[in-house]
Amino acid sequence: MSKKSYRAAINEALRQEMRRDPTIVLMGEDVAGGAGAPGEQDAWGGVLGVTKGLLGEFGRERVLDTPLSESAYIGAAAGAAATGLRPVAELMFVDFVGVCFDQIFNQAAKFRYMFGGNARTPMVIRTMYGAGFRAASQHSQCLYPLFTHIPGLKVVLPSSAYEAKGLLIQSIRDDDPVIFLENKMQYDEEDEVPDEAYPIPFGEANLTREGGDVTIVAFGRMVKIANEAADRLEKQGISCTVLDPRTVSPLDTDAILECVQETGRLVIVDEASPRCNMATDVSALVAQEAFGALKAPIRMVCPPHVPVPFAPNLEDLYVPNADRVEAAVRAVMGFKARELA
Amino acid sequence: MAGITPLTMPKFGLAMTEGKIASWTVPEGAKIEVGQEIADIETTKITNGYESPVKGILRRQVAAEQQDLPVGALIAVVADAAVPDSDIDAFIVAFEAEFASGHTQERAEATPEPVILEVDGRAIRYLETGREHAGRPIVLIHGFGGDLNNWMFTQPGLAEDHWVIALDLPGHGGSSKDVGAGDLAALSAVVSGLLAALNIPEAHLVGHSLGGAVALRMALDTPDRVASLSLISPTSLGEEIDGSFITGFIEAGRRKQMHPVLEKLFRNKSLVSRDMADDLLKYKRLDGVAAALSTVAAANFANGRQKEILRGRLAELSGLPVQIIWGDADEILPVSHAQNLPVGITIHIIHDVGHMPQMEKAAEVNRLISDMVVTRNAST
Repeated sequence: MSKKSYRAAINEALRQEMRRDPTIVLMGEDVAGGAGAPGEQDAWGGVLGVTKGLLGEFGRERVLDTPLSESAYIGAAAGAAATGLRPVAELMFVDFVGVCFDQIFNQAAKFRYMFGGNARTPMVIRTMYGAGFRAASQHSQCLYPLFTHIPGLKVVLPSSAYEAKGLLIQSIRDDDPVIFLENKMQYDEEDEVPDEAYPIPFGEANLTREGGDVTIVAFGRMVKIANEAADRLEKQGISCTVLDPRTVSPLDTDAILECVQETGRLVIVDEASPRCNMATDVSALVAQEAFGALKAPIRMVCPPHVPVPFAPNLEDLYVPNADRVEAAVRAVMGFKARELA
Repeated sequence: MAGITPLTMPKFGLAMTEGKIASWTVPEGAKIEVGQEIADIETTKITNGYESPVKGILRRQVAAEQQDLPVGALIAVVADAAVPDSDIDAFIVAFEAEFASGHTQERAEATPEPVILEVDGRAIRYLETGREHAGRPIVLIHGFGGDLNNWMFTQPGLAEDHWVIALDLPGHGGSSKDVGAGDLAALSAVVSGLLAALNIPEAHLVGHSLGGAVALRMALDTPDRVASLSLISPTSLGEEIDGSFITGFIEAGRRKQMHPVLEKLFRNKSLVSRDMADDLLKYKRLDGVAAALSTVAAANFANGRQKEILRGRLAELSGLPVQIIWGDADEILPVSHAQNLPVGITIHIIHDVGHMPQMEKAAEVNRLISDMVVTRNAST
């Protein structure tokens, strides 16, 4: 056990799994870098250095730099998975997924169903999401609600370095296509991470704290922000449960409903654009299944429905922060039924 | 300044970086003795009584109740009545100024870290403290599902006067998850192997629960390598065991399932914290742990009964100092297993304590272990 960054935890998960299982291959744009050119062979290790060093250990047979064509190599990964390999493809920014919708949504996600349960597609697509990186609207989206919408895909949102390692190992060992979303703002965040390999099961939410007043459901990087707000609120006498679903497909609906039954108040923090995102999905679930438990209307803390701004001051206003979570919790705590009239 | 002793935030276990005084149990101005509990200290993992390491008058409670403080921070000042208040004030100012400067960093770095050693083809993790003390070391052996952190209140206390080594058995903590047959012979061979690798010909063994049986088995197999035995709520003295603890521990996948299982370990159920349950779930997720625990459980506690009973062989230990320590509220193993043992074995039944006396009554257990070791060392 030692402190490791989110980046190092992901690298270690890939390395340990590749040592264990020779059918695991990496592919993507510049996952090594330097192929076919003189000079440094592991020049990039992925655009933010996450796969750095894997080429040296596993060679070009297993660490494949691909052409700049997501449609080609994501399709190749799906085919390789269906025919016996266990590919981990890196879709650099999730914003680029548009050009390989068919390969993911209509091919990989459907093989098991179209072939009568006889096909498996054990592929992982690792991809970066999230705003705050000063990377403008074409490199800052979340987009995980799109994948969540598609039956046949598993969708993973690790909230810390510990979670990233265990959830990536589970993703690689899973026999279905998995979309593994890494928040680019978190790569340098450190956490205690065991040196040994460990899987974290899908569909099991983690309560990062337990309190009696309000349930906060938060996704990915927002878990940290929710806990920051909950820390402050604790000092003011408001105690929160913070629930990290870990995976949005499958979603641990039992855990969410159980927490709402206990607290009677719900705030959802989702960095994805506010229409048809995880916050609306969880709201609908709770409104339908636990309406009687609610003491106040559900509050959603999300960005506004606009492209991610490039101006730094506007981008900072765009991303949900602890102040907004704190205000939402206060609002549900202060709610009086007569306000409905 | 002469005659003034600072009391600082202790470090309970490897991961503790800060703690707080849950409550002071003696008032300012009170006369205190060595070993007297003067406060309850709370960490995210556990709450424990804090014992004064010195005698004197508790002149100042520097730490307020519920105030988070880093390990090593000043919590109180002890001095004789003759020391003027102004000296106490000056001492506190000087201490805190030094603490705020870089000195804390150095102290943190000096904290001992566990190391991993290859023993007969397996990686074994152990933590060694008090190496500067002469004499045979004390070796601490945890029980089923535990690790060297089970001795978080034992090892620091003992290491003030003794050389102490706590290890992780195979399948546990940071050691290899290869447990071999997982029975007492296999586990005790690993402890012997570690001591051989460390060039330790003879040691005082302290074992808890399954670790107690491991220590006992080692004393039977290699009597000349064992200087004394302190067995805390040991297995292997009777067939009865709460089998639902073993299966519950193995099967629990979520905090909500783990919590009630852990509560069986303690008389004071509030000692079970979120962090304690979380740490165990994290351990149980490691590759190989599920298989290791199942193997150890099947080899030692199949079908809710203990398999290898060593009670009948205790007489073979004549000449070896042996003590047995048991909590009278143990829910895992019946305290009646401490009855009708051969003459010469000292029995200490601790009142109002569950299966973990070394955590619930750490000071008392530490004194018993230390007395045993000191007496034995003096006799040879």
